[in-house]
Amino acid sequence: MHIFDKVTDYDFIKTQFFDGMTLLFGGFGGVGTPPGLVDCLIETGVKDVKLIGNDAGFPWIGMGKFICLERATSLIASHIGSNPIAGELMTQGKLHVEFSPQGILVERIRNGGVGLNGFLTELSKGTQLEYNKPLIKIEGKEYLYEAPITGDVSIVYAKKADTFGNLVFDKTARNTNPYVAMAGKVTIVEADEIVQMGELDPEEIIVPGIYVKYIVPSKGYNWKWIWEMPDKSSRSEQPAK
Amino acid sequence: MGDARQIIAQRAAREIKDGMVVNLGIGIPSLVPDFLDKNVRVFFQAENGVLGMGPTPKAGADGNLSNAAGYPVTILPGASYFDSAIAFGMIRRRCIDVSILGALQVNEQGDLANWIVPGKRVPGVGGAMELAYGAKNLIALMIHCEKDGRPKIVKKCSLPITTYCCVKKIITDMAVFSVSDRLYLDELMPGFTTDDVKNNTEADFVINF
Repeated sequence: MHIFDKVTDYDFIKTQFFDGMTLLFGGFGGVGTPPGLVDCLIETGVKDVKLIGNDAGFPWIGMGKFICLERATSLIASHIGSNPIAGELMTQGKLHVEFSPQGILVERIRNGGVGLNGFLTELSKGTQLEYNKPLIKIEGKEYLYEAPITGDVSIVYAKKADTFGNLVFDKTARNTNPYVAMAGKVTIVEADEIVQMGELDPEEIIVPGIYVKYIVPSKGYNWKWIWEMPDKSSRSEQPAK
Repeated sequence: MGDARQIIAQRAAREIKDGMVVNLGIGIPSLVPDFLDKNVRVFFQAENGVLGMGPTPKAGADGNLSNAAGYPVTILPGASYFDSAIAFGMIRRRCIDVSILGALQVNEQGDLANWIVPGKRVPGVGGAMELAYGAKNLIALMIHCEKDGRPKIVKKCSLPITTYCCVKKIITDMAVFSVSDRLYLDELMPGFTTDDVKNNTEADFVINF
C-alpha cells in the first residue's frame, strides 16, 4: 500500500485486530467514536482486548457495544457511568477498570503520541486514582508520574480524510481523536468523506497523515443518541450478548 | 425533589457574573442557565471541546455538537472548538472563572466527594478532578441530605475524595455555605431556619449573617 493511498475496506481492517491487543479509541460518550470500526471489531470475534479511551460509551453507543460483549479484559477510562453494564462487569471482576482524570488520560495519550516519556502532576495525589503510580519529589514537592500511553491499534473518527490520511474533525467529535490517532502503532481512520490529496486546506488539517496507516469510508453513526430515545433511561437497545 | 433542584439552580445562577467563563457539571448544575439574567453575558465551556456553548437547538440537532453530558447544544458568536487536551489545558491553567459541580459529600475543609459510591454507583471521575483543581471558584450543589436523612455536609467524607480543599461555596435547598479557614453559614434558603440547618448538617459551622 502506497503512503499516498491508504484507503482500504473493512474486510482488510479485520486482519489488523488481534486477541490481547491494546486498542485506543477516540470519542466522548460515543461522539467521535467510529461506528463502522466498532462494528468491524465486534465482527472479528477478537477477545482479551485492553481498551483505552475516554469512557465506556452507552450500552448501545460507541465502544459500549463492544464492552457489553465481555471481550475486553481491561479498560482505562475517565468515566463509565453512562454504561451500567460496564459497571456491572467491573463489580463482577470481569472487566478491570482503571480510572483516570479525563484531562490526564488524554495528556498521557498525547505524551505517547509525541514520543515523550511521561509527565508529572499533583492532580490525583492522595486520592484512590493514585493507584501505584510513582511519586517523584522535586524541590520539596511531590508529584505523581503519569506514564505515556501508546497502543497496538488506534481507531479514530474523522469528518474528512485525504488519501494520505490528513485529517479534519467535526465540532465536539474531535475530542480525543487527534491524540488517539498519534499514539497507535497502527492507526485506522473512519472518515465521513475521503478526498484526493490537495483538496484539504493545509491550514485546516488537525492531524497530519503521517500518523495514519489505513482509512475506511464511513456510513455515519448507526445508533440512536440518548436524546433521541423515547425513554431516556432506556436500556432496551443494548445488544444481545 | 424536582422543585428543590430548581431552587438550588436558581440560587447558583446568582453566582455567575457578566463576563465570566463557566463550566457546568451534569445534574443540578445543568439547570443553572435557565435562571441566568438576560443581561449576564458569559461563555460556557464544555470539556468535550467547546467554548461558547449556546442553548439546546429547537430543531436540527447535530450528533457531533453536544455538551459534556452528550446532549445537543448550539454555539454562540465567538465560539471555538478544540480537542480534549486543550479543553483540560485551559481548565488546569485556571482559565475557568467558575465551575459548578454536583456533589455527593463535602466536608468542613471543602474536600469534595462526587465520583463514586463504592459497591453502588461507579460513574467515574470524568473531568471533575481537573475542574476542582483548576477552576478559580468551585461551587458544589446538592440536596442537603440523603434520601434517608443522613447529612451530606460532614466532618469527614466517608466516600472517596475527588479533590481536597477545593470547594469555595456549597448551595443546597436549605442553605448557602462558604468555605475558607472553616465552614460558614452565609444564607438560609426560603422556608428554613438555622435550627433546621444545624439538625441536618454534621459539620460544624459558624453563622455568618
